[in-house]
Amino acid sequence: MNTMNYLFAAYTAIWIILALYLYSISAREKRLREDVDRLKQQLEK
Amino acid sequence: METRRSTWFDTLLVVILVPGMILALYMAFLGAPRERTMGDLQRIFYFHAPSGIVGLIAFAVNFFASVAFLIKKDRKWDGLAVAAAEMGVVFLTILLVTGPLWAKPIWLVWWTWSPRLTSSLILWLLYIAYLLIRNYVPDPERRAMMSAVFGVVAFVDAPIVWFSIRWWRDIHPSPMLETGGLSPSMRPAFYICALVFNILMIYLIRRRYFLEMARHDIERLERRIA
Repeated sequence: MNTMNYLFAAYTAIWIILALYLYSISAREKRLREDVDRLKQQLEK
Repeated sequence: METRRSTWFDTLLVVILVPGMILALYMAFLGAPRERTMGDLQRIFYFHAPSGIVGLIAFAVNFFASVAFLIKKDRKWDGLAVAAAEMGVVFLTILLVTGPLWAKPIWLVWWTWSPRLTSSLILWLLYIAYLLIRNYVPDPERRAMMSAVFGVVAFVDAPIVWFSIRWWRDIHPSPMLETGGLSPSMRPAFYICALVFNILMIYLIRRRYFLEMARHDIERLERRIA
């Protein structure tokens, strides 16, 4: 493999790892908001 | 209830991070000169080394937050500890993925069990275990206590990672800034990338911390309702 391919692979991996982590945080925040809504509904009953 | 609110500080961090990342990429690819022996492949260094540094700083934050939790028993320290541990794992993952991609064309092997590489892998595995433990302990008080103790013990490996290339012979390059191995013309790129990665770590730790505190509040409410 050409050395430039390794460089490209390394920087691609960095962005994929960071993007996956940001997505995971956003997904957990969304789940938390749903939990808050569910609790609000339980309290209103 | 403490929920996450985007403060002016978070907005400021994002405002700095977006052009900061562009500048870091510019410096790594165009600002820094082409290295004589390794050529353009050496440009991996500008994101690889800061990832390791930021990962170790995050684990140090986890250590101090764990100690603070054990002393004060305040859940906010547990929230900071888990946020920092996750961040350390993210940046060490970057380190452990980019390292072999740099090593293969230079050392002709993807991996070698040298002291620096082995201790880094062990550190990563320790904090993966830390995060797994948290998932498998349902009681919040016990979970916080167990992970604080684990966090303090796991951090023992961090100085070993840092000093390994000073203590033992290693295929991994010696600390370039201390030994003068990094050319002065390459230093601005390295410093900018390291600074941007540190700001990114602060932003992500804050976001993860607020998430953990909101989760803690929800758990407390659920117990009250039940």
